[in-house]
Amino acid sequence: MDNLTSLTEEAIRAVDASGDVAALDQVRVEYLGKKGRITDLLKSLGGLSADERPAAGAEINKAKNIVQDRINARKLMLENSKIAQQLAMETLDVTLSGRQVEEGSLHPVTRTMARIESFFTSIGYEVAEGPEIEDDYHNFEALNIPAHHPARAMHDTFYIDDSHVLRTHTSPVQIRVMESRKPPIRIICPGRVYRCDSDLTHTPMFHQVEGLVVDNQISFADLKGTVDQFLKAFFEADLPVRFRPSYFPFTEPSAEVDIQCTNCRGKGCRICSHTGWLEVMGCGMVHPEVFRHCNVDADTYSGFAFGMGVERLAMLRYGVTDLRFFFENDVRFLRQF
Amino acid sequence: MKFSESWLREWVNPAIDTDELVSRLTMAGLEVDAVEPPSAFFSGVVVGEIISVEQHPDADKLRVCQVKGAAEGILQVVCGAPNARPGIKIPFATIGAVLPGDFKIKRAKLRGVESFGMLCAEKELGVSEHDEGLWELPADAPVGTDLREYLNFNDNLIEVDLTPNRGDCLSINGLAREVGVLCDADIRQPDLAAVAGSSNQVFPVTLAADDACPRYAGRVISNINPAAESPAWLQEKLRRSGLRSIDPVVDVTNFVLLELGQPMHAFDLAKLDGGITVRMANTGESLKLLDGSEQKLHASTLVIADQSKVLAMAGIMGGDASAVSAETRHIFLESAYFKPLALAGKARQYGLHTDSSHRFERGVDPALCLVAIERATRLLLDIVGGEAGPTLCQELTEQLPAARTVELAKSKLYQQLALSLNDGVVTGIFDRLGLKVLANSESSWTVAVPSWRFDISIDADLVEEVARIYGYNNLPTTTMSLPLAIQPRRETAIRPNLLKSALVARGFREAITYSFVDPKLMGALDPQRQFVEVRNPISSDMGVMRTSLWAGLIDTLKRNLSRQQTSVRLFESGLRFVTDESLQQQSMIAGLIYGDREQESWTQVKARVDFYDIKGHVEALLGLTAEPEVFSFRAGEHPALHPGQCAAVYRRDDLVGYVGCIHPSVQKQLDLDHPVFLFELAMAPLLEAKLPRFSAISRYPEVRRDIAVIVDKAVSAEQLLACARKAAGDLLVDLKIFDVYEGKGIENNRKSIALGLTYQDQSRTLNDTEITASMESVIQALRTHYQATLRG
Repeated sequence: MDNLTSLTEEAIRAVDASGDVAALDQVRVEYLGKKGRITDLLKSLGGLSADERPAAGAEINKAKNIVQDRINARKLMLENSKIAQQLAMETLDVTLSGRQVEEGSLHPVTRTMARIESFFTSIGYEVAEGPEIEDDYHNFEALNIPAHHPARAMHDTFYIDDSHVLRTHTSPVQIRVMESRKPPIRIICPGRVYRCDSDLTHTPMFHQVEGLVVDNQISFADLKGTVDQFLKAFFEADLPVRFRPSYFPFTEPSAEVDIQCTNCRGKGCRICSHTGWLEVMGCGMVHPEVFRHCNVDADTYSGFAFGMGVERLAMLRYGVTDLRFFFENDVRFLRQF
Repeated sequence: MKFSESWLREWVNPAIDTDELVSRLTMAGLEVDAVEPPSAFFSGVVVGEIISVEQHPDADKLRVCQVKGAAEGILQVVCGAPNARPGIKIPFATIGAVLPGDFKIKRAKLRGVESFGMLCAEKELGVSEHDEGLWELPADAPVGTDLREYLNFNDNLIEVDLTPNRGDCLSINGLAREVGVLCDADIRQPDLAAVAGSSNQVFPVTLAADDACPRYAGRVISNINPAAESPAWLQEKLRRSGLRSIDPVVDVTNFVLLELGQPMHAFDLAKLDGGITVRMANTGESLKLLDGSEQKLHASTLVIADQSKVLAMAGIMGGDASAVSAETRHIFLESAYFKPLALAGKARQYGLHTDSSHRFERGVDPALCLVAIERATRLLLDIVGGEAGPTLCQELTEQLPAARTVELAKSKLYQQLALSLNDGVVTGIFDRLGLKVLANSESSWTVAVPSWRFDISIDADLVEEVARIYGYNNLPTTTMSLPLAIQPRRETAIRPNLLKSALVARGFREAITYSFVDPKLMGALDPQRQFVEVRNPISSDMGVMRTSLWAGLIDTLKRNLSRQQTSVRLFESGLRFVTDESLQQQSMIAGLIYGDREQESWTQVKARVDFYDIKGHVEALLGLTAEPEVFSFRAGEHPALHPGQCAAVYRRDDLVGYVGCIHPSVQKQLDLDHPVFLFELAMAPLLEAKLPRFSAISRYPEVRRDIAVIVDKAVSAEQLLACARKAAGDLLVDLKIFDVYEGKGIENNRKSIALGLTYQDQSRTLNDTEITASMESVIQALRTHYQATLRG
């Protein structure tokens, strides 16, 4: 059995020398395969005496196991190193940017309007819309602004013809809704409006969101509560809100609403003209004359309306410094929202 | 309206400072826009008097003046003002004076002549923009007095932005009344007593304009002193209200307008013929106004006329011919009540807006004209002398506004304000406002409205007055409670924001562009249509309403290209305005893509967008309806689009819009380097979705077979697919084109289309024979209908 030892050593050397899994397998076949050189030794046991045979057989099997273990270990090692090689090859620069599908963006005015809508629709208001070329009756008359009323001078109106204008506010939508259905009414009316005015702080087109609530027993206190809660929610801040008497032909009493300056928190700065307050919306109780035009019984029902400029709110909310950005649509601006 | 705080305080002087006064006005609805000093800051300026004037020896435009006023005595000052002349009183900035802008006055030599100070124009002292010459102070100004002290510059100019309903506050009188209410302070009126006439001279007045002018007071003042000047206090009060001093008679009428709120007019009596008639203008009449303009009068214009001619546009502006001048010796004073409706919008028709028309349009207290004429008479007699005749007042009593009473139900006030106010609080507020309580019953108050509060006519007006004086911010605030009924909501209604979000996810940026566009650009994109024009556009390039959103989007594209953007995707939604038979205001969604398909990056395969990019975006929108099969794309025609790359989009048989490549000649016209790809779809057909409906999923395997056929280029994909689908039979579950090839190996005018067909059955595994049979009939059908040959 001398050559068993040397054969085992030889096999082990061959295992250790094999460079890949295929070579290793060849080594296995050469020594341990059916016709392998160590396996062959088992066949020679027949030449031994019955006494010698078990011990010699055990020796040979032991040698086989040693070689097989060595092969297994070598195989694991070779496989691992192959994976390690693959990993090294496949290593990427993970700091390079991913494959881009560029997202677009909603216009900040749309974004702001959607936000305003969501506050109100979540408490049961519906969204209503109306035409932008509006007739004189709905834009003015029905809102208690008869021809030549000085309040018409508050609206620099674009005319289409003698009886049609580009709506100067979203208030005509109120009228159309009240004409078409009975209270209770809770609506907001977002949309484009037009005034014949163009300078640093005015664009000839801008957006308003108007709200209207008509029901039994609606009070000025309800209006104040609604406006106050909305503004605090919109700015996500417990901002002081104040109501100032004002005048709109379609509401009485009427109010302008100021919030504490979002920039200086009331200390006074350039944005609030050093007053500490920012005017953000107008509102009031629906004027009986407006109800009369819409056949709503002013003895049974009362209501409030409010209206706000979307660009104004968006400017304050997002810190936009110039109104005109909204309509230049520079993608470097649009991309920021 | 701009007013001087010190003037207001002559009338009412509550013990509060300027800030508090401003705050109370603002919080009462009289919004203060600005508070500013009556001049810029300066010091060391005294009242000077020019003693003599000589020509500068070396400068044509300069004069050498000897000026009195400085403590040192008479000083020499070199001056370039054209009106420098001996005897006038002027502001004299002495050595050491500091003028606005921190400009220090030093001893100087001008072209070799020494100058000890500076004589000033109004602009140089920051009191007005006037700088055409030296500021000529009144002749009685005390020489040597500090100018600030002399003019009482310790004052504030307060600008209130009055709402149109508060015409009653367009005067010191009205503001004082309001401040009196707000501060519970007493009013001190000047002498408003009637002035007895010292002559019998009168001038006849006839009212012939029905209810437009129900009251007209007139008075003759004769033998006035034409050399008289307006005193400093008068000039200064006018100046601080933004008016220039003209001559004493005009100054007094302007003063009364500011003080009491009554617009007045003074005519040169010598220029009047026979008598005054207040009437509507006759057709063909014209009038040269005080501002020098010649106006052809509309028949609806109320005028003041004499026997031979029109003298003035009533309540708007006087005429040039009858105006008071330096030669005027006798005047006729007018103080009238014109009804707001008679003047509403009239000044605007002539492009005019005057202090007078502003007040009459908003309403002037009908009782005021009688007080004002006495006040003006008193002032005129004091300043220009003369003899006043008796005040003659013509009236159409029936046409004067009736005294108004308004009843307010207590329950209404409590309900509207959500507050049961103490009765005494309410009547106290009425009392302060001059609303006399005529009755106070269990259920209501009835008040008499004072003649100046023409804005109060219904109960809601009284609710506002109570709320206003009580303080809006002192009133309760509540949270509304509403019944929580679940409202119906259609699952198949798509919100427009969903379409927008889909485009945003595909890389589009939303633009919002003006609805009025350049008619030239609109014409290039939509040449066959009539546009709705804006009558008074801001500028001609915003002159027509868009008939397509493409105009604004292309304009936006061009602006962004000029700002170095290379890949642009924009969309917009909004109305377009088309006149088919009537005006349609149609909600649209439109978009464009231009330039590189992807933003530049290391992964980018550099390619430009093409028709199939824009079509893919449109298909994505249609897909949101869950019913894309009802939409079809057909080769279409649109004047702005490439005839070979334009698809009309249909929902069943209704045209929804267009998608395509811009027409090369339009592209050239718009000066674009590369083609732009556009779509525009009507919004409404995209907002109806299909409710999902489950269909069984087969448990049996699907079988896929591919073929490539060669057909004429003119055969459309849709034709091939429809033909194949029909021929394949019911077992076909999916059919797609997975390759299109033209070029080498394929004849000209032919193309190779590779079709992938997928078969499956709900209840069994398909066998080869039936699939082969189906494939055969597909090939046969394509061959028969489209001369298709199988590609080898």
